[in-house]
Parts: sequence; structure tokens; C-alpha cells
Amino acid sequence: MIKNISNLGDAAIYCDFGKEVNKNINLNVISYFKHLQKLVKEKSIEGITNLTPSYNKLIISFDLSITNYAKIKKILETLEVKKNNQKDSKKIRIPICFDNDLALDLISLSKKLKISPNEIEDLYLNKEYFCYMTGFIAGMPFLGDINEKIRFDRLQTPRVKVPKGSVGITEQFCNIYTFESPGGWNIIGNTPLKVFDKLNLSNPSLIKPGDQINFYKISKQEYIKWND
Amino acid sequence: MTDTYFEILRSGTNSSIQDKGRNHLYHIGIALSGAMDQRIFSISNALVNNNPNEGVIEFAYQGPLLKLKNGSVNFAITGNVSFNILRKNSIIEEGKCFQSYFLEKEDKIDIIYTKDSVFGYLAIEGGFKIEKVWGSYSVNTKAKIGPNNGEKFSVGDKIYINKSEAKNFIKKKIEYKKSVETTIRTTKGTNFDYFSEEAKNKFFNEEYQVTNLSDRMGMRLEGPKLENIVNTNIKSEGLVKGVVQVPSDGNPIIMFSDHGSIGGYPKIAVVITADHDKAAQLIPGSKIKFKEVNLDEAEKLFKSHFNETKNYIEQIK
Repeated sequence: MIKNISNLGDAAIYCDFGKEVNKNINLNVISYFKHLQKLVKEKSIEGITNLTPSYNKLIISFDLSITNYAKIKKILETLEVKKNNQKDSKKIRIPICFDNDLALDLISLSKKLKISPNEIEDLYLNKEYFCYMTGFIAGMPFLGDINEKIRFDRLQTPRVKVPKGSVGITEQFCNIYTFESPGGWNIIGNTPLKVFDKLNLSNPSLIKPGDQINFYKISKQEYIKWND
Repeated sequence: MTDTYFEILRSGTNSSIQDKGRNHLYHIGIALSGAMDQRIFSISNALVNNNPNEGVIEFAYQGPLLKLKNGSVNFAITGNVSFNILRKNSIIEEGKCFQSYFLEKEDKIDIIYTKDSVFGYLAIEGGFKIEKVWGSYSVNTKAKIGPNNGEKFSVGDKIYINKSEAKNFIKKKIEYKKSVETTIRTTKGTNFDYFSEEAKNKFFNEEYQVTNLSDRMGMRLEGPKLENIVNTNIKSEGLVKGVVQVPSDGNPIIMFSDHGSIGGYPKIAVVITADHDKAAQLIPGSKIKFKEVNLDEAEKLFKSHFNETKNYIEQIK
């Protein structure tokens, strides 16, 4: 499944699973990620400090005072990893409010795409998304793929502050801003749901790579009352 | 018994609790955090008989002014730091780095500034009364994780200390030689071939200047623009400390301890682990040069860096 292994600096291994971004390649990444995560938890590999899966790459960071590139590479080459059958992935429903005050770019996106805001909402709601990865900021899920009709580039000038809970789209992906953060995605709505909970120490991230996500529409009133 | 604590009379520019860092959370987007200069962080703990990963106060540029309430403590400051100890009988004692001191209630530590460097560390014997979050004492201000609700210190905060009284003060010190080297050694990045031959040459032969846009997340550099001949964006993927990313403006950025877990700019190089501490201490305006080393050399340089740190700690008397 791994196409190429190289070093990223002296304390990380860079595993390339292929050029494209699709669910099939990403499931290979997730398979290796989960397999290695288990080995690290069981302490059957020493020195690994982080595993970072993304669309088509897996980066394995390690403590250079304990192990090194050659040792980890050797382990990777002898590892037998079964393709993830998604049995441990969850289906999660996420509320979204498309009110104008929250959907910061819905109107301008509608003009750019020449599709009415209602139609964008419908196309967005009418699809199940796959979580490719989480990160950038704590717990932010990168989901896909959105309907081809509503795909658009990043904002030309990124916002300095994107409000917490914002749901953004860019290219074939959508995401949720789990914290207020700088960002350049087109904001089409906002969710009141706590997607990242730092107080939940054993399981802070609601959405994990491999999970399947559906959005459902809520009114402004439901949005306001959500966290009462 | 009354609690012993520091009251913060001046917070300084960027003072927070740090330790070795927080692992195993990149996959949900939580950075390493941890001391920016790992070597002098571990020396600060060793000077006060602490376990090497005890949480300490990291400060940058202007440090905090701290008043000890109740009890007494042994402390040490490491770095290239100008500081005074203001004794309660109004005697001002000029502090020296890399040695331990005894502090009594109502005495103050005035950490004035870090000279020709960015970060310094204050360790207290027995450590602070704080709890680990996800295995680490480090404050991560981005995700608001760690002691002090994941925030840096502000005026009026109280920092409680584990041991209420310091018994048996024995002065401990070492001679520390500060590196003045401004060559930063790197291995080739995973997108090295995205850059033109001219850009590759410039990167390793010309000078880059550290800009003001540098903090615990990263260090932005300015110098000869690096021409990308393939694509100025890559599919977002993991980052590690030390990665040198080049966005479309052609100016390199070095990733540090609080960097985002993933990024979409091409990686021209990665600073070797042995040079992380050195790079973190470069002040804005410093001129630096990058030098290419291979993986084998990088690993050897790490070993000697690691042994050097160990030697410093063994030399403490």
C-alpha cells in the first residue's frame, strides 16, 4: 500500500501512498495509521512520538535518542497491514444553520457559482461525507467529497478570524472550524455542536479519520438554543 | 500550612509553563508545544535537582517580575538573561544564569530581558503545583490546553509551588558556553525538487534574515526569493518541527513547537534536530545561512548534541 518511504528531516518518516486524493488511497493511510497506533499503545514499537495521517501521506515522528529512520523503516517494510474495512468507523450527524449571519460566504458563493443559496444548501445536505483527516487546528475534520456543482477555490484573502463552528468548503472538501482561527475556506454555515472537547480527555475529537458524516439543517432559533 | 506561590507583578511578553512537550496528538491537530530551547530547559531543572521533564516557566524577550509569597524556594535561571533578585531588605543582587539561588518570602525575581537571544527558563526546586494535560505540563495557547487554562501568564496570576519550604540550599552551577553559530544545518525537504536550480543554490549559499514575524509557531525569514517551478501548493499533509516551508511569496518559514499539525506549502528543507535549539534563539534581524547535510551526518550531529547536553548536566556541581 505504501508507494514510497523517505525521510522528513532526521526524526520523521514520510510514507507516500500515491498521488491522488480519494477514499481508497486514504483508507490505506488510515489502515497503517490505526495499525501503528495500536502497536505504539501496546509498546511493541519504541520511540514513536506521533503519527500524522493526511489525504495520501502518513508521517511518523520519532525520538532520535531512542530510535532512528533505518530502524522504523525496517519495521514498516515487514509490517503486514490489512486494509481497513471501516468496521470501527462511525456515522455522525451534524446540525448546520445556514442563517445569513453565520453563513458568511453563502451569498457571494451563490453569485460566483450562479446557483441559488437554497440549492447550495440542498446539494450540501444531500450527501454523505468521508473524514480524510483531522488537524491544522485541534479536531478540525477535513471531509469530502462535496457535490461537483458547489466546488470553488479558497477565498483570495483569507480571513484573520473565522468564527468557531463555521462550516467551510473549498475544492472537493468541507471542514468545521473547531476554534476561532485564521482561514480561507468559503463559510456556508455554522454548527453549534461541540466537535472538539478538550475536557473529554479520553476522546476529545468527535470526528475521526474514516468516519462518515451527514449534515442536517437547523433554524437560527434551534441554533441559539442548542447549548442552553 | 500556607501555600507558597509566586505572584506575578509583571507578566513579560510571553511567559508560560513548558516542559519537554506533548506527544501522540498530531493526528487530531494538537502541536508538540514544549520548551523552544530544550537543552537549557533541561539544564534549568538539573540545577535545582528536578526530574529533567519538570514544568518550568519559559519567557521571551522581557521576562516576568515575580514576588514570592510565603515559604522559600531554590531556583535557577538559564539562558542569556539579565535579571535581578530584589531582596526584601531592598538589597538588589545581580543574578547570574546557570546557577541556583535561594529565595525567601517577599523577595522578588525581576527578569529584565533575554540578551541577544529569545528564550530563557526559570526552574523551581520541586516544581510548580500544576497538573499534566495529555501527558504534559506545556501550555498550548492555540488549543487552550495545559496549566493556567492553556494561557500565558498575566499580571495578578498566582503560580503555586509544590514545596512550601526549601531546605538545604547548596549552590549549584555550571559554565555554559553559548553558541554564536548562525549556520543552520538542514536535510533536503520532501519537495526539494519543486524549486529551480537557482533557488536551490540561493537557499544554501545566500543569507536569510530573521523577521519580526517569528514566535513559538514559526520563524519567517526574508532573503532571496525561492522560485517554485512545480506548484506553490501541495495536498495538505503533516508537518514536523524544523520543516522549512516556502509559500508562494518565495520566503521560507521554519516551523517551531506550536506549529499547525498539517500544512499545504512545499517543504524545501528540514532543520536537523541538533540545531532546533539554536534556531529558536535567533533574534529578529539575525542573518543566517543554511547548510545541507545528509541523514547520516544529521544523526551523528544529534548524537554529539545529545551527549553535550548530558555532559553539561553531569558537570553541575
